[in-house]
Amino acid sequence: MSADGAALGRRLRERDLSAAPAALNVLESSARDDREQAAALLAEVAPRALGGEAAGHVIGVTGPPGVGKSTLLSALLSCWRSRGRTVALLAVDPSSRRSGGALLGDRARIEFDSSDHGVLIRSSAAGERLGGIAPATAAAAHALAAAFDVVVIETVGVGQGETEIADVADTVAVIVQPGGGDALQFLKSGIMEIPDVLVVTKSDLGAIALSTRRELSAALRSLGSSATRVVAVCALTPTSGIEELVDALAEHRSRGGLAARRLQGRRAAALREFSAEHGERGLRALGGRAGAQALLALQEEGLGVPALTAVLERAQARGESSTERAPGIA
Amino acid sequence: MMRTYAGHSTAEASNELYRRNLAKGQTGLSIAFDLPTQTGYDPDDELARGEVGKVGVPVCHRGDMAALMDGIPLAEMNTSMTINATAAWLLALYIVAAEQQGVAAEQLQGTTQNDIIKEFLARGTYAFPPAPSMRLIADMIAYTVEHVPKWNPINICSYHLQEAGATPVQEIAYAMSNAIAVLDTTRERVAPERLEQVFGRISFFVNAGVRFVEEHAKLRAMSILWEEIGRERYGVQDPRHLRFRYGVQVNSLGLTESQPENNVQRIVLEALAVTLGRDARARAIQLPAWNEALGLPRPWDQQWSLRIQQVLAYETDLLEYPDIFEGSKVMDSLVAELLQGARAEMAVVAEHGGAVQAVKYMKSALVDSHRERLRRIETGEQVVVGQNRFSETELSPLTADAEGGILVVDPALEAQQIEAVREWRAQRDQDAVDAALAQLARVAGDDGAGENLMLSTIAAARAGATTGEWARTLREVFGAYRAPTGVGESAAVLGEQELGELRAEVARLQETLGRRPKILVAKPGLDGHSNGAEQIALRARDAGMDVVYEGIRLTPAQIATSALQEGVHVIGLSILSGSHRELIPAVMDRLRDAGVDVPVVVGGIIPEQDVAALRAAGVAAVYTPKDFDITRIMRDIVALLAAGAQRGAADAAPLAANSAA
Repeated sequence: MSADGAALGRRLRERDLSAAPAALNVLESSARDDREQAAALLAEVAPRALGGEAAGHVIGVTGPPGVGKSTLLSALLSCWRSRGRTVALLAVDPSSRRSGGALLGDRARIEFDSSDHGVLIRSSAAGERLGGIAPATAAAAHALAAAFDVVVIETVGVGQGETEIADVADTVAVIVQPGGGDALQFLKSGIMEIPDVLVVTKSDLGAIALSTRRELSAALRSLGSSATRVVAVCALTPTSGIEELVDALAEHRSRGGLAARRLQGRRAAALREFSAEHGERGLRALGGRAGAQALLALQEEGLGVPALTAVLERAQARGESSTERAPGIA
Repeated sequence: MMRTYAGHSTAEASNELYRRNLAKGQTGLSIAFDLPTQTGYDPDDELARGEVGKVGVPVCHRGDMAALMDGIPLAEMNTSMTINATAAWLLALYIVAAEQQGVAAEQLQGTTQNDIIKEFLARGTYAFPPAPSMRLIADMIAYTVEHVPKWNPINICSYHLQEAGATPVQEIAYAMSNAIAVLDTTRERVAPERLEQVFGRISFFVNAGVRFVEEHAKLRAMSILWEEIGRERYGVQDPRHLRFRYGVQVNSLGLTESQPENNVQRIVLEALAVTLGRDARARAIQLPAWNEALGLPRPWDQQWSLRIQQVLAYETDLLEYPDIFEGSKVMDSLVAELLQGARAEMAVVAEHGGAVQAVKYMKSALVDSHRERLRRIETGEQVVVGQNRFSETELSPLTADAEGGILVVDPALEAQQIEAVREWRAQRDQDAVDAALAQLARVAGDDGAGENLMLSTIAAARAGATTGEWARTLREVFGAYRAPTGVGESAAVLGEQELGELRAEVARLQETLGRRPKILVAKPGLDGHSNGAEQIALRARDAGMDVVYEGIRLTPAQIATSALQEGVHVIGLSILSGSHRELIPAVMDRLRDAGVDVPVVVGGIIPEQDVAALRAAGVAAVYTPKDFDITRIMRDIVALLAAGAQRGAADAAPLAANSAA
C-alpha cells in the first residue's frame, strides 16, 4: 500500500523530521503508485509550495576510497549537532553490484548517537554510476532540505565527471589525502571540476599534509580559483580543523547565488530524468537538448523536478502527435 | 595441565564450581568472564542488558575477585584468564586479591589472554582503538616481566582465527604477525636486556581441527617459525626462551548441533593432533564440551571433557615415546609446505605495515576463507557426518531430557548484580576512587605516555573502582573504536550456478516492492562472534539484496533506529551468547515503538525450547547451527517477503478500488 506522498511532503515542510524515513521509502521506489506519491511529495516541498528555496544546506562530500570520509563525516556530524543543526546524511556506498546486491557499510563506519533524533543516516548503493548519484538521491536531497538544516550527500569519486552532484548540492567538498599527487594532477589537467571546498585529511601527518595543502592552494590560484577554500583537518581524536571546515562550508553557501544554482540543478535533473526515460527519440520530439532547455527556461522557477519532467513529457506527447516538429512549444 | 573453561552467574557460584573441579583432579583454573566484564561495562550499563553472568562470571571490582578466589590457594594455583581488552584490569584485581590472601605478586602463576588483534579479527570483545590497546598490552608485559615473573602476560591466539574460518596457513601467518606486532611495541617500553625474557614469556593459544594430521604439521611449523623469529628478529639466544609454548582448545567450529554425540569423537581426534608428536606437544589442553553448540555446558558435560584428557594421558601409551614423526618424509614435506605458505602470507601482512595496520586486510581474508568453507559444506564437498551426510538418526537419550541438555542462567541474577554493584559503589571511599581514576586518565594521556599503565590500574583496583569505571576512563582518553567488519571488502561473489534461481526471485520481489529488497543484519548485545552475521550479510548481497550490515555490539534501540532510517524490508539478528531471551523481545518492543513493521529472523545458538517464546514475541523464523545451508535461509527470507508483499497488495486492493470510484 502506498503512503500518502502529499501528507509526507507537508510534514517535511513543517520540519517534522520523523516523516523522513517514510518519505525516503516513497522517493526511492519505482512502483507506479509510489511514483505518483513521490511527485505529490516533491510538489509539497518545491520552492513554489515553500515560498522560496528550501532552507537546508545541501552539501556534497566526495573523495576516493580510503581517504577517511567516514571518519571525517563522524567528526562533522558531531560538530553540526553541537551547534544545534539537524543533519540528514545520504550515504551512497561504492560497493559493487556485481551480484545485483550491495553491502552498505557506511552506517557501521560512521559514528553517531543513534538516540539523537536530529540525525538521520540513509544508505544506498552507487551501483554502476561511480561518482554519480541516483535520481532518488537527488529527489531525497531536495525533499530533506525542507526539513533538515544540513543534508549531506556522500559519494565516492575523485572529483571528475561529477556534474550530477554539483547539480544537486549547494556546496561540493572534495576530500583528498596528503601526499597523493593525484588530486593535484587532476586539478591542473582539468579532469577534476574545481570544488567549492577542498579538504586535506589526516593533518596529524604534519609536514606532508601542510605541503599538500600549500600545493593545492597554489594550483587553485594559478587556475584563477582563489575562491575555493582549502582546509586541512584531522578527524581522529584529538580532532583539528573541523570547526574551520564547518565554517568554510557555511561561508560558501552564504556567498549568494544559491537560488540560481538550485534552479539550474532542478532543470538539469528534469532533463536527465526525461532523457533516461525517453532517450534520444524523446529529446528529438522537443527539438533536441537545446529545445528542451529552452522549454524548461520558460517554466516557473518554483517548480520541482517531477513537475518540470512532466512539462517535458507533455510537450513530447504534443510533439509526437503533430506532424511537424515545433521546438519549444510551451 | 588439565583444566576446563568455566565460570557463570556470580563470583560465589563460580567459586563453588572451581572448588568442585579442583577436587576432581583438575590441576588449574581457567576463568570464563561474562561479556560485560570482557568489554569493560558494569552490570547496570545499557549495553550489559541480558549479558550479565551469561557466558562467564561477572567480576566488577576487587570484592568480586576475592569472592571468586575464596579458599583457593593462589600461591599454588595456575590460573588462566580468558580476558583481553580488560586484561590489565583483571590482572590488577587478581594481584590485589592475592595481596589480601597474603600472597606476593612474584608467586602468582597463570596466563592472561590479552591478545587484542584477534578480538578485532574474530572475537569482537575489544574496548579501545588498536594503538592504545597495544600500549596497554606492552605495559602489562613490561610490568609482569619485572614484578610477576611467572605470569604469561599474553597468549597469542590463533584459536579464534580458525573459528573465524582461517586456513592452517592463515592461522600460522596471522598468529606470528600478531606476536611480532606485540614484541615490536613492547621493545619500546622495556629495557633492552629484558627483551629476551619478554620473548620467552609469550605463549600461544592454538586451535586443532579434525584434520588432525595437517593440524599436527601446523604446530610443528609454528615451532620452527617461532624459533626463527626469536633468533633473527629479536636476537634471542637462550633455547628455553626460544621454545614455542602453546596451549590448545580444540575446534568448536566443527562441532555440530545435529547428532551432538559425534562431537565426542571429533574432540578425541583433535586432542590427538596436539599430543601425537612430542616435538610439538601442547603444554595445556582444554577440550570443549560435546554439547557446546547447544548452549552452556553443565558440570557433567565438563567432567566428560576432562575424562577424555585423562584417558589419553593415563590409559594410552601416548606419553611413553619420543617424537614419533621424527624422520617422517610425509610429515616433513607437509610442514615445509605450510611454512612456505605462511611466510608468503606474513610478507603480505608486513607490506601493510604489520598486523595492527593489516587488521582490515586479515579480516576480509578470513571472511573469504569462511565463506569458502561454508560453500564446501553446503555443496557436500566437505563431509560433516550427521549434518550434510549420514544425517538419519535414532532419538538421542542424551538430549531427550526435559532440561534440553543445557544449563540455564537464572534471569533474576542480572537484577541482583546490578543491585550489588550499586551497593559496592555506595560503600566505598569515593574520593579515593576518583583520585585513582584521575591518575589513570593522566597516565593514559599524552602526558603519561612514558609511564606504565599497570601501576595506576592496580591503584584503581585497590581503591575499589569498578570494571566499567576503569574502562570508561580509558575510553574517554583513547577514543571509541569500531573494528572493520570485513564484509565490505570481501570481493568474491557466488556465481549464477549456485544462486541464479534465488536471484531471479529477488528480482521479481524488487518489482513488487518497488525497491530492491533491503535487509538489516545486526548483532544485539555484547557478543562479538560475528562469523554467522557476516556470512548472512554476504549471501544476502550475493542473492541481490541491499544489505545494511551494522556489525556487533548494538542496543535494541540502535537496531530499531537503523531499521527505521534505512527503510529495510526485513531484519536478521544474530546472537550466540545465550542472551536472546532478553535481547530479542527487547528489540521487538523497540521496533514496535518506532513503528517498524517488518519481519525479523533470528539466528544463533538458540535452544529448541526457547524458539516458541521468540515466535510469540513476534519473530518470524529462528535458525540454529543445524541450519548450515545459508542459501536455504535466504530462500526462506525471500519467500517471507514475497508473502508479505502479496498480503500488502491484497490489503491495498479494496482501497485502490475505492479511490478509483
